[in-house]
Amino acid sequence: MSTVSQKPTQQLEEATVRFCGDSGDGMQLAGTQFTNTSALAGNDVATFPDFPAEIRAPRGTKAGVSGFQIHFSSKEIYTPGDNVDALVAMNPAALVTNIGDLRGGGILICNEGAFDKKGLEQAGYESNPLEDGSLEKNYVLHKVDMTKLTRATVDDLGLSQKQADRCRNFFAMGLVFWLYDRSLDPTIRFIEDKFGKKPEVAEANRRALTAGFNYGETVEAINTQYQVGKAELSPGTYRNIMGNTALAWGLITAARLSGRRLFLGAYPITPASDILHELAKHKNYDVLTFQAEDEIAAVTAAIGAAYAGEMAVTASSGPGIALKGEALGLAVMTELPMIVINVQRGGPSTGLPTKTEQADLFQAMYGRNGECPMPVIAAAGPADCFDAAQEAWRIAVEHMIPVFFLTDGYIANGSEPWRIPDVDSLEKTKVTYAAPLENGDDFLPYERNEKLARPWARPGTPTLMHRVGGLEKQDITGNVSYDPANHQHMVDTRAKKVSIIAESIPPQEVDGPESGELLVVSWGGPYGSCATAVHAAQAAGKSVAHCHLRYLNPFPKNLEQVLRSYKKVLIPELNCGQLRSILRSEFLIDVAGLNKVQGKPFSVGEILERIEEEVLGVGS
Amino acid sequence: MSVESLPVLKPNDFASDQDVRWCPGCGDYAILAQMKKVLPTLGVPRENIVFVSGIGCSSRFPYYMNTYGMHSIHGRAPAVATGIKTVRPDLQVWVITGDGDGLSIGGNHLMHAIRRNMDLNIVLFNNRIYGLTKGQYSPTSLLGHKTKSTPMGAIDNPLNPLSIVIGAEGTFVARTIDTNLKHMGKVMERAAAHSGTSFIEVYQNCNVFNDGAWEYAKDRETKAETTLELEHGKPMIFGKDRDKGIRLNGLDPEVVQLGKGITEDDLLFHDERAIEPSLAYLLTRMRHQDGFPEPIGVFRAVAAPRYDELINDQIELAVTERGAGDLETLFHSGDTWKVE
Repeated sequence: MSTVSQKPTQQLEEATVRFCGDSGDGMQLAGTQFTNTSALAGNDVATFPDFPAEIRAPRGTKAGVSGFQIHFSSKEIYTPGDNVDALVAMNPAALVTNIGDLRGGGILICNEGAFDKKGLEQAGYESNPLEDGSLEKNYVLHKVDMTKLTRATVDDLGLSQKQADRCRNFFAMGLVFWLYDRSLDPTIRFIEDKFGKKPEVAEANRRALTAGFNYGETVEAINTQYQVGKAELSPGTYRNIMGNTALAWGLITAARLSGRRLFLGAYPITPASDILHELAKHKNYDVLTFQAEDEIAAVTAAIGAAYAGEMAVTASSGPGIALKGEALGLAVMTELPMIVINVQRGGPSTGLPTKTEQADLFQAMYGRNGECPMPVIAAAGPADCFDAAQEAWRIAVEHMIPVFFLTDGYIANGSEPWRIPDVDSLEKTKVTYAAPLENGDDFLPYERNEKLARPWARPGTPTLMHRVGGLEKQDITGNVSYDPANHQHMVDTRAKKVSIIAESIPPQEVDGPESGELLVVSWGGPYGSCATAVHAAQAAGKSVAHCHLRYLNPFPKNLEQVLRSYKKVLIPELNCGQLRSILRSEFLIDVAGLNKVQGKPFSVGEILERIEEEVLGVGS
Repeated sequence: MSVESLPVLKPNDFASDQDVRWCPGCGDYAILAQMKKVLPTLGVPRENIVFVSGIGCSSRFPYYMNTYGMHSIHGRAPAVATGIKTVRPDLQVWVITGDGDGLSIGGNHLMHAIRRNMDLNIVLFNNRIYGLTKGQYSPTSLLGHKTKSTPMGAIDNPLNPLSIVIGAEGTFVARTIDTNLKHMGKVMERAAAHSGTSFIEVYQNCNVFNDGAWEYAKDRETKAETTLELEHGKPMIFGKDRDKGIRLNGLDPEVVQLGKGITEDDLLFHDERAIEPSLAYLLTRMRHQDGFPEPIGVFRAVAAPRYDELINDQIELAVTERGAGDLETLFHSGDTWKVE
């Protein structure tokens, strides 16, 4: 479609759109299509899908509302946006739960047909907000009966009413595509791919999409079209990528470049399951996915695969990681390389499965019996998962150690443009197995190199037969040992194995002045909000820098010096101050926290506000 | 083409340099000795064998074998072994477990390894007691068994290991006794040769915490009456004078006296290859009571697809259909755009 609109157009630097409706309304699909289209149009994009834990909560209820927010821009952006410029609400429940995020004067598109007596009651409205004039005061309201219009446009295709209503999300998409002058082509291609085997469904969706687009062009009430230009990204080929996908691809890449098979042991758990799904698609990359009987089998099978000499990974979320605790101790004791992924979600217990949180840092650092340190790294955003996964594998192999890899629900389900790397430029992690012994010597499975790493002896190799296990090992020989001095030595050695990793990681960098009034420290998902807030504060002349940590154990060697270069340190975290506690105990430095556990990411505004308070308070 | 012959190994070649630390008189010694005797006859190089265990007395086994091995954590050996066998189908993997390790804390993994028909050889040492933790009752302890944790007697019904294995779709199901060395050796050989999960229950005596638990099945005087050695295609006959047999009465087995009009042809004939597991299940239910013998030998040995083979077949098929994975192709799949 390349119709030139007859209506006036307005240029915007950026915009944020949110689709919301019932969890069966296809809002995630609408959001994903709009995201991909905007990315293909050259915008920088950041997304935030937000959906309920129930697959289908009762229709029309507030509990069943599912939303997808897209921030697209002609400049570089790091977050899905604080405030919404255009909100599409498919029913009253979606409206009442989302209207608070629409900025004053924002565009509000409501599916009028869903605002019937029952729908209004379910949302708790006493009168119809579309009729009582309350919305027009603050927003530009467009009432569109998408149900009726969609049914009419697919009328002669012989679909049931239920099938016809399923096309409504395409009508909504079409309308928003028109509003932001987007091409329908990528979505039409998607429809052909997805519904090609059901031509009548494909045709219905295509028609609904086009009808929505044409509606925008023809209806007089909608009188302006908006355009958001291309962002200036570094040259290259880009694609839009979600965090869990980037993570899966990072693992595949690490395995291919190491020449190893990739084994994933996993048990279905939100929000980590998409890693299993993605990897299961790529069997021709020698990827073996094992959907285990439980979380413990998932991790212990991975330990088996690591012992057998292949690249082993287990992926889960907090509750599953809790179940894996004992086995992780075995992985530490047997000094085998593997990656343990925790896509964090709201806890404790089952908590908020579909909502984001960063409250498992202590679990990763300390959540095992005995003195049992593990290296911990965290991805900063969806695309960073690709690089961080490879880095986790490098550390695991070079140091013969299981590595904790933290992401969260916000990173896992969020997406952003990813510049596709040149495969030849990627760093390969070389796997070197112990070579067979030729002179009749005894194999020493716990003999160590300069990194304190023990040899990786692959079963099948003659002369290297050896046994490992969870009982304390005598250093060098690997025999079971109850010797007090040896236990002390081994506990110290395992700690040193972790701390020595600091030698091979890059020094901590900061974004901003090398010293000053305030340093904002972040890890994981809040990276984008912190970067945006700090840039805004810097632009306003504040003496603020941003330090984002990928390496949480061990820390980069210069971290203490970095922290001490500012009068104040502030850590925004989606927990009650876990990194703050660690930094305080490690360096005896006072650190302030901005903490939130509401299942939602930080907005830029709340961080910026706190930065301003902290900077004002400096020296007072 | 020259054929390189494997070096001829002796039982001692399979012994590690570690001192064996089971209690003197423990039934585990006999199982270890028999394993070391059987392995050299299999023609599998030591470096291609892996022993995996959990926690418990039996689980010390891997430390005493000069093969690859892992003494893992309580109950998880079948899962560890699954990981090993999945990525390395070329290895011969043995799992050593006990009644507590395999049927209590690790019951779930045991069940799932078996239903997947992973090509593992699982040997469960059943002594009806927790030995390493010094004498609590186990999932196979009999009702009323008084132990440190059941001073007034056990009140939970025991599990029958082989019934569980058959319920989990076990394809090779066998039982042997720690003192019947020749029989144990034969059963181990059969287990190693079976493609898929082989499960052996060994009646094993814990002479410290549950001495004599299997005495009826071991005692020279009584064992002919209390056990029945299964042989494929043969009628089920037992007794010192080989004059008693098992006959099916409706769905129930009964003990009959041969002669007086009852001939061998009236008896149940063992068919370990029966696809339907009902007969094998019925045999696992026969306990030493009301004059019944407890069967030993191979209850069931049927062919079925193996997880470790199927998963690797899928990889091969994916490569055949889509070509060996190429990172460039992966990264550029779907919609991309160029920024100049």
